[in-house]
Amino acid sequence: MQIAIASGKGGTGKTTIAVNIASFIDSLGVKVSFTDCDVEEPNAHLFLNPAIKKEMNEHIPVPKVNEDACIGETCKKCIELCRFKSLIWMIDSVMVFSELCHGCGLCELACPTDAIGKGERMIGTTSQGKSGNIDFTKGLLRIGEAMSPPLIKAVKEISPKAEVNILDCPPGTSCPVVESIDGADFVVLVTEPTPFGLHDLDLAVQLLDTLGQPYGVIINRAGMGDDRVEKYLSDKNIKLLGSLPNNREAAIIYSDGGLLYDSIPGYKDELSKIWDSIQNIVNEVA
Amino acid sequence: MKQIVVISGKGGTGKTSIVSALSSIGPKKVIADCDVDAADLHLILKPTIIDEHDFISGERPSIDLDICTQCGMCVEHCKYGAISDEFKIMLEKCEGCGVCSFVCPVGAVSEEPRNCGKWFKSSTRFGTLIHAALGIGEENSGKLVTTVRTASADAGVEEEAELVLVDGSPGIGCPVIASLTNADLAVFVAEPTITALHDLKRVYELTEHFKIPSTVIINKCGINSNQETEIKAFCQEKEISIAGELPYDLAFTKAQIAGLSVVEYDPEGLGAEMEVIWKELEKRLMA
Ligand code: SF4
Ligand code: SF4
Ligand code: SF4
Ligand code: SF4
Repeated sequence: MQIAIASGKGGTGKTTIAVNIASFIDSLGVKVSFTDCDVEEPNAHLFLNPAIKKEMNEHIPVPKVNEDACIGETCKKCIELCRFKSLIWMIDSVMVFSELCHGCGLCELACPTDAIGKGERMIGTTSQGKSGNIDFTKGLLRIGEAMSPPLIKAVKEISPKAEVNILDCPPGTSCPVVESIDGADFVVLVTEPTPFGLHDLDLAVQLLDTLGQPYGVIINRAGMGDDRVEKYLSDKNIKLLGSLPNNREAAIIYSDGGLLYDSIPGYKDELSKIWDSIQNIVNEVA
Repeated sequence: MKQIVVISGKGGTGKTSIVSALSSIGPKKVIADCDVDAADLHLILKPTIIDEHDFISGERPSIDLDICTQCGMCVEHCKYGAISDEFKIMLEKCEGCGVCSFVCPVGAVSEEPRNCGKWFKSSTRFGTLIHAALGIGEENSGKLVTTVRTASADAGVEEEAELVLVDGSPGIGCPVIASLTNADLAVFVAEPTITALHDLKRVYELTEHFKIPSTVIINKCGINSNQETEIKAFCQEKEISIAGELPYDLAFTKAQIAGLSVVEYDPEGLGAEMEVIWKELEKRLMA
């Protein structure tokens, strides 16, 4: 079962909930694999402290022009066709700005002389290890690299599949999130009971409705704000999976990278309820 | 005219609350919300929209199923898995690269300019606001941020504003890089948590890479003195100045619920502290 934990914006406690759900399920004796898809700012390792066993550089293919085969000035097909302006004509040859390349392969298809071969660009690293019994995988985008989806894909591909796979998604509602939740059986949206929380939740809901994936909502830091999120959920008939409490104690434990499920009273019971609802929904859909 | 960009690496550190507070003090300014993925600043600034513009970026392909022979060439060559087995294009995954229309032997793929969202010029009680809404599941937030940044700088010049104050994008990817364009000062909002420190280090590397002077506001002080010490040690090591420290205070949430900046909500307390912080930022801008 693949469960993605997402949220419209950052800071709602998505990672906290992801690591606590994973650890809680692990404590029930279920085999868990955890994948941190937030490759721009992976944070889950700060809570799960995995021992990393394997690290790999990840690349995406970019074109490499063989100047001997290129017919040059009279052609320039590749340059004309590239939608991302990553090829330009410089003095007397085709130059590749690999940072701008999306790796779509159009230039290679278009070249009449097969002058375009395969180069590569490093986009970041993936690492894999174990946190207790939990299989742990994350990616780290290279600073200055703009394209995270290919790295997210790589991270998902190498992460070992267990009975339950928890995916900690990047914030937002654009391509990195779409890539992260692709293939998930269920998406858990984490929000806060505040105006900002509600606004961003609504964006995430619109995304999931577009994609047609089943989802439910957890209200984190319940009690810090007002009841507008609950009203929204009941108006829209969206499943409220559970509410996790806000208190200073939780903020302190979190700030040091600690787990909450076995130290904050009531947290475990609520997680257990949440976990049951998720299982029920997924089994119903299946 | 100076440009300040407030960033935080990770979300939820109180960046938008701080930007709205800074909006309500200081000189004549233009405000920009570059968090186009999950823009929240308008919830406090309550803008009245003056101009609305479509944000067009890239191409939107579509397949005419009456022409399509289902040869499968497009599916095979699309590197992003954006074409379904029923030859429908899933726009959420499409990069608009043009491969499908290039390979289609019968010309079944047509393309139109892609409308990826909107951007707005608005008036607010604190000055002109440039903001945007990226379409759901759209990419190219970097380009939309660039549009917002350019429009806000233009508005600043036009209005002879002293300052452009930017609520930067989260993360360290292309949107935040675009937010930082032409910044005179980057202000990091960090909270004393292990995750925020981790993100602060990443985003600091980015501002260094682009050689943008930076300073730090530590928010939510009082929950973890060890982490506060760690942040300060990091700042000292990298010679990043600390422009201010704000306490862990529910007034931020209460102000948000009231739809006010914290300066308006709590003028004597946090409002006064924000004034002090603004003075510090001003010093760094003049330096
Ligand atoms: S399409 Fe091929 S032959 Fe033509 S300019 Fe590009 S690399 Fe050279
Ligand atoms: S692979 Fe695509 S994006 Fe990259 S250079 Fe070729 S045409 Fe441009
Ligand atoms: S434009 Fe490119 S990404 Fe979009 S469907 Fe066609 S081949 Fe795939
Ligand atoms: S390449 Fe053209 S004809 Fe072939 S499946 Fe795609 S759209 Fe249809």
